[in-house]
Amino acid sequence: MAGKIRRQGLHANETVMAWLFSAPALILLIVFLVAPFLIAIALSFTDQRLIPNPNLPTQFVGLRNYIRLWEDEAFLRGILNNFYFVLVVVPIQTSLALGLAILVNAKIKGMNFFRTVYFAPVVTAMTVIAIVWAFLYNPGEGMINAFLQAISFGQLGPYDWLLNKKLVFPAIMLLSIWQGVGFQMVIYLAGLQEIPVSLYEAAQIDGANTWQQFTKVTLPQLRNTSIFVILSTTILAFKLFDQVQVMTSGGPQNASMTTMVHIVQVGWSQMKVGYASAISIIFFLIVLVVSLVQRFVLPDEEEVR
Amino acid sequence: MMNPSYSLSYRLKKATRLGIRYLLMLALAIFFLFPIIFMLVSSIKTNELQVVRDMSSLNAFVPVGELGFDNYRDALSQDFGHLMFNSVLIMLLTVGIGLLVNSMIAYALSRLRFRGKSFLLTVILALIIIPFEAVAIPLLVMVNQFPWFDGSMSWLDTYHVQIIPFIADAFSIFLFYQFFLNIPRDLEEAALVDGASLFMIFRRVILPLSRPIFATVAILQALASWNRFMWPLMVTRGTDFRPLTVGIQSFFGQDPKLWGDLMAYASMITIPVLIVFLLFQKWFVQSVASTGIKG
Repeated sequence: MAGKIRRQGLHANETVMAWLFSAPALILLIVFLVAPFLIAIALSFTDQRLIPNPNLPTQFVGLRNYIRLWEDEAFLRGILNNFYFVLVVVPIQTSLALGLAILVNAKIKGMNFFRTVYFAPVVTAMTVIAIVWAFLYNPGEGMINAFLQAISFGQLGPYDWLLNKKLVFPAIMLLSIWQGVGFQMVIYLAGLQEIPVSLYEAAQIDGANTWQQFTKVTLPQLRNTSIFVILSTTILAFKLFDQVQVMTSGGPQNASMTTMVHIVQVGWSQMKVGYASAISIIFFLIVLVVSLVQRFVLPDEEEVR
Repeated sequence: MMNPSYSLSYRLKKATRLGIRYLLMLALAIFFLFPIIFMLVSSIKTNELQVVRDMSSLNAFVPVGELGFDNYRDALSQDFGHLMFNSVLIMLLTVGIGLLVNSMIAYALSRLRFRGKSFLLTVILALIIIPFEAVAIPLLVMVNQFPWFDGSMSWLDTYHVQIIPFIADAFSIFLFYQFFLNIPRDLEEAALVDGASLFMIFRRVILPLSRPIFATVAILQALASWNRFMWPLMVTRGTDFRPLTVGIQSFFGQDPKLWGDLMAYASMITIPVLIVFLLFQKWFVQSVASTGIKG
C-alpha cells in the first residue's frame, strides 16, 4: 500500500528526474555531434575557411563544392581506394577471422595463449603499428624484402613498398588486416559459442563430415554474425585514416589517398572547411547506406551497432 | 565392437589432426607476434647500423650485439614522460565522466516513465550511425571559436578539447541501456518501498549489479581514447597538450629516422597497454564480443 502511494507520488517528478538524468549526455551529444553535423551540411554550400579572412567574407556558393568534387583527383582516388580496400580487405579479413575463431574454439591445452596472441595487435595503437610496419617495409634492407627474397631465392624484390604507386596500398592493407582481424575473431568466437551442440550431434548422426558440418551448420548459424562483421568492417574501411596518415599521408601522388585523409588535408592543412564539409557529407552518406543495409538485413534492430 | 587396430589408427589420426592444428596455430602466432617482438628487440639494440642490418636475418628477433637502454633514454628526452601524462589524463577523464553521464541517460531510458522517452531513444539509436569522422571538420571550426572559463576564446591546444567531445557516446549509452533492461525490477521496487530516492536506487541497486557493463564500456572507451589520433593531430600544436599518438608521429616525421629510438618510443607506448590487456584479458575479449550481435 505504502509502496503504491510512493510510486504514484514519484510519478509527478519522474519526468523531471528522467530529463535531469538524460540532460548531461543529451546536451553533449547535441553540441558535439548533432550541431557540427548540421553545420557540416550548411558549410558544404559555402566557401568558408577555417580562419576567416576579413577581406574575403564567406559566401554561399550553392552546389559548387559538390560539383568540384568530381574533378578533384585526390577525392576520386580516395573514394576508389576506399572501395578497393573494402573489396580486398573485407573478404580476406572476414574469412581469416572465421578461420581463427574456429581454430581457437576448442578446449585443448594452450588455447588461451593463442587467443591472446591473435588479439594482441587489436590493443596496440595504430600509430605505433604503422611506424613499426614502415620499418619492416624499409626499401633496402627491410625485413619484408629480406623475407620475400629468401622464399623466392632472390627472384622477388627488393621493392620500394611505400614509394611504389602499385604496392603502397596493398602494403597498407596487409598491416590493416594484421591489426584488425583479432577483433572480428572474437566476435565470431562469441557467435560460435552460441551454436547449440545438439545441431552438430544431429549432423553427425546424419553422417555429415567436418566440411558438411561447416557449410550446413556453422555457416548458416553464423549468418547474422557474418553480416554484422562484414558491414562493420566495411564502415571501418571507409574511416581508414591513422595508418595512411602516418606512413604516407596519401602519397605517392595520391596512390594511397583515402577519403578521411583527404578530408583532413583539405579541411585542416588547407583550411578549406566548406569544401571539406562537402566531402564529409558524401562520406556520411556512404556510411549511412552501409548502416541502413545493416539495420535492414539484421533481424533485431536494437541489437545492431 | 571396436578392434584394437581400428582404435589405434583412429587415435593416430586424431593425434595427427591435433598436431597439424597446433602447427597451424603456431605459424599464425608467429605472424601476429613478429612485428611486436621485432619492435621490442630492436628497441634495446643501441647500435643504429646494427638495428637496420639485423633486419635481413633472424637476428632481428634475437637480442645480440650492443644492448642497452640508450634508445629509451633518447626517446624519453623527446618529452615522452609529459606526453604519457597527457594521454593518461585525457583517457581517465574521458572514461570516468563518460561512464557516469552515459549510464545515467541509459538508466532513465530503461527504467523511468516520462514524456518523450521513445523519441529520445530513437534519437540516440539514430546518432550511433553518425561517425565522428563526418563531423570532425565542422567541429574544428566550432571549437576554434568556443570560449572557456579562463577567458580564452578558443579551445585549440587544451586538454578539454580532447576530452569533452568524447564523453557522451551513443553506442555506450546503447550498451548500458540493453544491460539495464535485463536487470530484474523487483530489487528497485523493494528499494522504492523502503523510501529510497531515484538517485539512491541508481547508486545502490543498479550500479553494483552493473559492474560487467561498466567494465565493458570503460575498456572500449579507454582503448578508443588511448589510440585516438586524428582529432588530437588537428587540435594540438606544441607538446604541451599532445598525446603519445601524435607525439610518436611527429618523432617519426623527423629526418634522419632513428629507428632504434623510434622502436623504444613505440615499445613504451605499447608495453603498458599490453600489460593491462594481459591482466584483464577476459574483460577485454568480453568487451569486444559485446559490440557484436548474438547468433
